[in-house]
Amino acid sequence: MKAKRRKVIIQLAIWTWTWVATLAIATFGPNYLWEDRTILTICAVLLNLLNGGLMIHANRNLFNHYDELERKIHLESMGFTLGASVVFGISYALVDQLDLIHSDAKIGILVFFIGITYMISLLINRKRYL
Amino acid sequence: MTQEELGEMIGVSRQTINAIEKEKFDPSLNTAFKMSRVFQTTIEKFFFYEK
Repeated sequence: MKAKRRKVIIQLAIWTWTWVATLAIATFGPNYLWEDRTILTICAVLLNLLNGGLMIHANRNLFNHYDELERKIHLESMGFTLGASVVFGISYALVDQLDLIHSDAKIGILVFFIGITYMISLLINRKRYL
Repeated sequence: MTQEELGEMIGVSRQTINAIEKEKFDPSLNTAFKMSRVFQTTIEKFFFYEK
């Protein structure tokens, strides 16, 4: 069980890091690597999307490997994170529309919020059950 | 028998066995049956329904 867990975690780590790498290539490639050749940019974005799909698949494999308590902890954390992110995301978009913030709303802020909320709710739920 | 060994036998983590023992988590029927099989007894000997 531990060996299998280790294997699925390593697979997820590999696909996550390659996803980050392909995202960096798709982001900086047009300016620094191939000077705005559209076909290469499209290929880089498609590669990143494909890699993202494989990362999700690896994450699903890890989730299916969890036992019932681990699944409960993660599902509760995901549910809370989804709700909080919808509320935060809509409020964030609203304050941008109403020009209450100086800069434009950025997707990175929402992704950061999702990550932090998920981590905190995981820690709280682990403390509750473990 | 340790929590780790019981967990390995029924396919859950040591932490899950610990949470069940501490009554922080109610196991599924599947896990309850597996536990009773390991200890060669009935589910009723393990789990009690409290209102």
